[in-house]
Amino acid sequence: MRVSPLVDLSQYLPILIFLVIAAGLSAAFVFLPMGVAHLTGAHNPNAEKLSEYECGFPAFEDPRSQFDVRFYLLAMLFIIFDLEAAFLFPWAVSLDLTGWPGWITMMVFLFELAIGLAYAWKKGALEWE
Amino acid sequence: MTAFFQSLGMTYEWAWFTSTIAGILLIALPLMLAVAMIIYVDRKIWAAMALRKGPNVVGPFGLLQSFADGLKVFLQETIIPSAANKGLFLLAPIITFTVALLAWAVIPFNSGAVLADINVGLLYILAVSSLGVYGVVISGWASNSKYPFFSAMRAAAQMISYEVSIGFTLVCVVLWAGTFNMNGIVLAQQGHGLGFVNGFFFNPLLFPMWVVFLISALAETARAPFDLTEAESELVAGYQTEYSSMSFALFWLGEYANVLLMCTLNAVLFFGGWLPPVEWSLLYYVPGWLWLFIKIFFFFFVFSWIKATVPRFRYDQLMRLGWKIFLPLSLLFVVLISGWLMLTRYGV
Repeated sequence: MRVSPLVDLSQYLPILIFLVIAAGLSAAFVFLPMGVAHLTGAHNPNAEKLSEYECGFPAFEDPRSQFDVRFYLLAMLFIIFDLEAAFLFPWAVSLDLTGWPGWITMMVFLFELAIGLAYAWKKGALEWE
Repeated sequence: MTAFFQSLGMTYEWAWFTSTIAGILLIALPLMLAVAMIIYVDRKIWAAMALRKGPNVVGPFGLLQSFADGLKVFLQETIIPSAANKGLFLLAPIITFTVALLAWAVIPFNSGAVLADINVGLLYILAVSSLGVYGVVISGWASNSKYPFFSAMRAAAQMISYEVSIGFTLVCVVLWAGTFNMNGIVLAQQGHGLGFVNGFFFNPLLFPMWVVFLISALAETARAPFDLTEAESELVAGYQTEYSSMSFALFWLGEYANVLLMCTLNAVLFFGGWLPPVEWSLLYYVPGWLWLFIKIFFFFFVFSWIKATVPRFRYDQLMRLGWKIFLPLSLLFVVLISGWLMLTRYGV
């Protein structure tokens, strides 16, 4: 037994057990019907049934072709702002410890990120016409 | 519960293990039952608002409709498209459903009735619910088909956009509560409004954040009016197009479990969780879990109501709302709320 650990990992053990049970349950839900279908004879694939859905036509083109670059831009913006939120969380619970210096520092940080958002906005990264 | 199993003559370790397993099953099994029933409720409310009858054949008032549907999909053939990446194709519904179940581990159903009372409960929920996007993206990619792929791209962009504003609204709640612990957040709301209303929604600074959270929750779970990921008129069934049998149903179950989770978060973070609506000793005779369930059901009704009455957004409107309105607004409120707390609580 360690002396006053920073994080009591034993609290997370129920979550780990939950993960195992939930994953097992979901896997059973996916694989059990496959077995049942083999037994009942419902499993009866043919080439037409296994082709991908394209409104009754053969597929026109490779579905994994190009996609809009804005999805990419958005993902990058998301990383920045989600990381920002990750910085805010520990600050939010320790306002009483950090006091005014902590608050002002965070406001400066938020201001810089607001400039970043304004820049992305002005450059049209948020436009979806 | 550990003490009860110990009284049956088990050692502490085994009693703990048994009670944890029992707790997990007590969450997971009623949750699946609740999801089955809530799908029925959703269809009934939707039908009633369109002056239809809704499901009314299977069982009394059609109550067994979801179970009949479940049995039907269970006996269906699982079709794996020949062009699909088979492993990932089957993994996607597993991830979706596992993650949807997992977030419930830290939800407090009553004072002390929580499976894992971790001190970063809210952060855990944020982390687990953002994993949900993997199930959607993997299913869209692994299907190797046009519509699922487009849908997965849309879903990923939509989910991460609104996750940002959800993150900031949660920061506001955490600021006021001063803790990440879910029970702590509930207790911080006791007598919050004028000394007798239990809930952060009564706070003029937090009320706008609740509105942002409610709308973001709709977008995060891809509920109408933000159900662009499976806009049936353009994308067939979205990322579920190629799925059949139980793997299809898992997406449904996961989706509704997530909707219920968002309703629960609304109740826990802004409406006092298992506390009665107002401080009145008589109301404490009603058990806390019942209050929580009433609140969850109320929010689910609101979600269904919105689904039945609000037309679908366009994708550019969705993105504008998320990035140009909610994000600056929630950022502003982080500044306002932390500034107010510094002036009144911490800084003086």
